[in-house]
Amino acid sequence: MIFIDISKKLSNIDLKVNLNIKKGEFLAITGESGSGKTTLLRIIAGLEKSDGIIKVEDKIWQDNKFFLPPQKREIGFVFQDYALFPNMSVLENLLYVNNDKNLAKKLLEMSEIYDLKDRYPHTLSGGQKQRVAIARALMRKPKILLLDEPFSALDERIKEILEDKLFMFHKEFNLTTIMVTHSFSEIYKLADNMIELKKGKIISFKNKKELLNQELLIRGVVIETLDNIAIISVGNRFVKIRNENLKKGDRVILSPTSYKLKGVNENIIS
Amino acid sequence: MIDFTPFILSFKLAFIVTLILLIIGIPYAWFLSNTKSKIKPLLETITSLPIVLPPSVLGFYLLVFLSPDSFLGGIIYKLFNIKLVFSFPGLVVASVIYSFPFMVQPLQSGFESINKNIIEASYLSGKGKMKTLFKVILPNIKPALLTAIVITFAHTIGEFGVVLMVGGSIPGKTEVASVAIYDYVENLDYHSAHIYSAILLVISFLVLFIVYFINHKQRKKYDIY
Repeated sequence: MIFIDISKKLSNIDLKVNLNIKKGEFLAITGESGSGKTTLLRIIAGLEKSDGIIKVEDKIWQDNKFFLPPQKREIGFVFQDYALFPNMSVLENLLYVNNDKNLAKKLLEMSEIYDLKDRYPHTLSGGQKQRVAIARALMRKPKILLLDEPFSALDERIKEILEDKLFMFHKEFNLTTIMVTHSFSEIYKLADNMIELKKGKIISFKNKKELLNQELLIRGVVIETLDNIAIISVGNRFVKIRNENLKKGDRVILSPTSYKLKGVNENIIS
Repeated sequence: MIDFTPFILSFKLAFIVTLILLIIGIPYAWFLSNTKSKIKPLLETITSLPIVLPPSVLGFYLLVFLSPDSFLGGIIYKLFNIKLVFSFPGLVVASVIYSFPFMVQPLQSGFESINKNIIEASYLSGKGKMKTLFKVILPNIKPALLTAIVITFAHTIGEFGVVLMVGGSIPGKTEVASVAIYDYVENLDYHSAHIYSAILLVISFLVLFIVYFINHKQRKKYDIY
């Protein structure tokens, strides 16, 4: 059980979060840009200080007197930009964390990148780098895995594969996973629970049932408009929608059950 | 027969100065690259001063402040029985100050260019600050580190005005190669001046070429700055 009750003044918002996360839970944190998602993740990791309490099982990670540095927290952290050590090969990246060669081999094999073990990060594709980054985060045998928009820079096909891998690791290592994401598909597919942040506050909490019972939403972008028809790319699929207000480049939210337009430029209008 | 003593002295001086500046320069440049303090511009100005000041100005002030009659020089003389003018230790102190920006500036820009996430990734891997410095930060600014070391070394070999003013030209003690060339020319011994100058020219060229060559290869190999 993770208990979080923290607050922090940021330049434009006051972050104030009170949250209980169960052991083995997969929690998705979503919300618009600047809502404090990444900061919350960094506070849990110990990369940023805040006021308040973080307690993991019976161990206090921080309170008003005590602060456990990131080195001592049992976490794995995956950055959006992978943050692999450029001066180390794939295998060295893993062994730097923990010199357990068997675990490194196992993780690389599970990630299907053992063949890349001697390659340097700059020779890898984005998807390969993120597989290494996840494997590296698990080398510490963490109880909690934190991921900051890990797949947002990857294309849909690679994203789907990595979502499956992440879920496999989550189950195999009995992890408590907290992932910041904008992707509805990641939330529906992976999360047990989801919180949405707005201006530093939790504005909604949904469990899996509530998530899947609601109207499912997906994001898309208008790639072309012909007469009154907008052609919208959703992942690597395309949808046509009759709507005269849409312009090329608009980001929209769709309901796939009806494929009726639900919103334009992130704001739901109907 | 060429007397190599001035060269040996130059190299000894450059080696000691580079070593001292590495020890001081790494934490100082790291501080400068990370600080958001208001005094950063002031510190950067002081650090860069030796680049723009005429060496004679710096040499003059050092002569004034390091002399045993001065406050600072007096304390050092009383405590350690070391005279900091017209002596080798004086040359070391003067050169450390004079070459300071050549160590700090490349290191600072190297530190500033490093992806901060990899430093945090190291902390999140359970590693402390020292291990992160030696295993992650410094290896990833290798070109900047190499540039800082070599330029500091070469600049110390090449300095003239400051060492002449603070150290004078005592053979075997403070007469470094650049000063020896000046002495030869003054004595109209152009032959020796030619030989010394040619040696310094070749060494300087080779040193710089090796740095640029290695940096070129490193950047290609690891895609680092």
